[in-house]
Amino acid sequence: MTAELGQIALILALCLALSQTVFGLVGAHRGWANWMAVVRPATIGQAGFVALAFLLLVSAFLGNDFTVQYVAFNSNSELPTVYRVAAVWGAHEGSMLLWALILALWSLAVALLSRSLPNAFASRVLGVLGTISTGILLFILLTSNPFTRAMPAPFDGNDLNPLLQDPALAMHPPILYTGYVGFAVAFAFACAAMIEGKLDQAWARWTRPWTIVAWLFLTVGITLGSWWAYYELGWGGWWMWDPVENASFMPWLVGTALVHSLAVTERRGLFRSWTLLLAIFAFSLSLIGTFLVRSGIIVSVHAFASDPMRGVFILALLAAYILGALMLYAWRAGQLRSSSGFELWSRESFILFNNILLVIAAALIFIGTLYPLILALLKLGTITIGPPVFQLMFLIAIIPLIGLLAVGMHSSWKRARLAPVKTRLIAIAAVAAVLAAILLFTFGGRVRLIVFMGLFLAIATMFSAVSEPIARLRRGLSIPRGAVGMFVAHFGVGLFTLGATAASTYQVEKDVSIALGQSEKLAGYEFKLADLRMVEGPNYVARQADVIISDSQGRVITTLHPQKRIYRVQQQPMTEAGIDVNWQRDLFVALGDDLGDGKWSLRLQYKPLIRYLWLGSLIMALGGILAASDRRYRTAIAGERAAVGAATERA
Amino acid sequence: MKARFLVPAALIAVLFGFFWYALGGDYDPQLIESPLINRPAPDFVSPALADPKQAVSLKSFRGQPVLVNFWGTWCVGCREEHPQLLEIQKVTTIPIVGIAWKDDHAAANQWLAEFGDPYRAVATDDDGRIAIDWGVYGAPESFLVSAEGKVIHKHVGPMSLEIWRKEFLVKVNAERGP
Repeated sequence: MTAELGQIALILALCLALSQTVFGLVGAHRGWANWMAVVRPATIGQAGFVALAFLLLVSAFLGNDFTVQYVAFNSNSELPTVYRVAAVWGAHEGSMLLWALILALWSLAVALLSRSLPNAFASRVLGVLGTISTGILLFILLTSNPFTRAMPAPFDGNDLNPLLQDPALAMHPPILYTGYVGFAVAFAFACAAMIEGKLDQAWARWTRPWTIVAWLFLTVGITLGSWWAYYELGWGGWWMWDPVENASFMPWLVGTALVHSLAVTERRGLFRSWTLLLAIFAFSLSLIGTFLVRSGIIVSVHAFASDPMRGVFILALLAAYILGALMLYAWRAGQLRSSSGFELWSRESFILFNNILLVIAAALIFIGTLYPLILALLKLGTITIGPPVFQLMFLIAIIPLIGLLAVGMHSSWKRARLAPVKTRLIAIAAVAAVLAAILLFTFGGRVRLIVFMGLFLAIATMFSAVSEPIARLRRGLSIPRGAVGMFVAHFGVGLFTLGATAASTYQVEKDVSIALGQSEKLAGYEFKLADLRMVEGPNYVARQADVIISDSQGRVITTLHPQKRIYRVQQQPMTEAGIDVNWQRDLFVALGDDLGDGKWSLRLQYKPLIRYLWLGSLIMALGGILAASDRRYRTAIAGERAAVGAATERA
Repeated sequence: MKARFLVPAALIAVLFGFFWYALGGDYDPQLIESPLINRPAPDFVSPALADPKQAVSLKSFRGQPVLVNFWGTWCVGCREEHPQLLEIQKVTTIPIVGIAWKDDHAAANQWLAEFGDPYRAVATDDDGRIAIDWGVYGAPESFLVSAEGKVIHKHVGPMSLEIWRKEFLVKVNAERGP
């Protein structure tokens, strides 16, 4: 019965999403208070029924109900319980349901936390969110129903793809989707403002915390994905420029631009039509990413089972949402004029350049991802664009961005007042240059300008992020939590840059074949293959090695246990690397095959400072938490619009 | 309404037009017609991956059908394909010749040691010349070469046992004649 109940719950959720849309948009348009009063209960009900459907699918997985096709394809009676839950979003149907659930939960949060907003505005926001829910639920019910029964039911399931049986990957999709889908809230706020034809600083203040929270989830989600690729795929790479990775990175770049331009709109009432455009595109790129991955248009194996029918359906939905919003934009943007200006070295300028560079980076990645497809379509030949091209394109945009960031943190709103901090800037640059040079020589090897730039900018950014708040405190100024978040996040950017530069430049890796008892040297460490044995997991068997690592003085540092697993059901081999971590470097050992003659292949890697890359990303997210929890977003803002509105002209 | 505010909408509309066309069945990356079909396969002689002193040449396989498979350790699709190639190699006597496309030799050898080696021989294509000669769209990509040295089928994207049976074996049998 569970499957049928799940289906019914989804249909009821669809009906409620539809009423959320109609009552929200029509009610607000006509000013009918009794219609608008329906919107919040409809939103809450919709969230309840989607959650119910989701829980029923979870229970089908937990109970090994292989009469449900989706469960039979993606689970197995031997699969550990925690992965049975993760298997719910292990393939297309379930992950779409997860998408719908997360959208419903965001809508629920908006419904509950928007009571201080003007009634008509909140109704419009929920109405726009309702249109998205309606589309996605229709899509699930018509093309991707996770509750379809299998006839005849198999005795046991097909098991979850072994690649996905991993704690980081189990958590990756929910967090990533929370970020992706969270941009729907900013999108809905933007659409509501465009429908009303009114966009003031109060609007930016309402939109900003929602955007920051979505952005920080996306940051954490991408970080988890990168970390997972690093240790699970066994290649030791942390970013592959795979189309699916690009699909999550483009909304992140545009979302980052949006977070910054919202700051300008909130503080100064500027960049208003630009902010709208970014809000539309952050969510649109999330949707386009989903479309590219699901439709099979771009060949990537991250890609879920593709189906042209699904592609046509998603494309129609995308066209409706994105073109709808952009037509609204074309209609309204001309009416949003800013009266005030700003000087060249003011914070507004820095953020403007930040926005331009982030959007250029996103556009380059977008073109790089789609260019082969478009060439092929126009029958102009076929090419592939590999990681080196993406890397180069990305660096072109990102190096000046970080340079501007290091300086921009010291700038002030409206006026160009960099002169007083000139001495400090020079001091920071000098110290950073010296430290970068020291690092460069500590690591040794060939001196390259780009590596020096990376290290220099990383250190300068971190110093700026620390020195500016200290200077402000000295002058007796208080630093609001939002600004603390800004400094923390920018410190994270510096740390990330340090890790990324060092790890990608100074890593050493070696593939060796050694016999039991033999050892091999790498980057001053000695790796000894001490033992090999078979171990058994719940749904796999594995060959496990003991690799003893000692330093140059012969002291034993650690013993790693890399495994090579064979998952019983899918018979797929998987590598579980052994990694030793400290603040200076990662030591990474992956076990290969029996090469005969008692020899085994091992892949050894030394990755300096690589942890800082993920740590930096998490610190960026932490900055987001601090910024979103600033007091000015928590205080009741009912009468605020009137107050702020007096200062800004009506659009 | 000013025209410049319509620019984003127009750009997106063009993009969606492309997507629509791409979905319309007219385009499928898996079905791109190769100009090589029914033409002689471009020959190659290239150092072997296992031992650079040896050479791998396509001509040396003349007289039997060959499956030529372009792959690389940098290619995620190849990783998905790999277990399937091992399966195919178990059920057929047709040799699979790999082309290690723009790949690091050590990494490629490591890959084969780690995941198993389905190839009769692997030629290295460090500068991508062979891939250009063959008009490779993207890795993985596989070509079926007949006993007479003609390209008779092509598949873009990961191979599978099912594709092998349904698409490739049919061509092999048709070539052999009744």
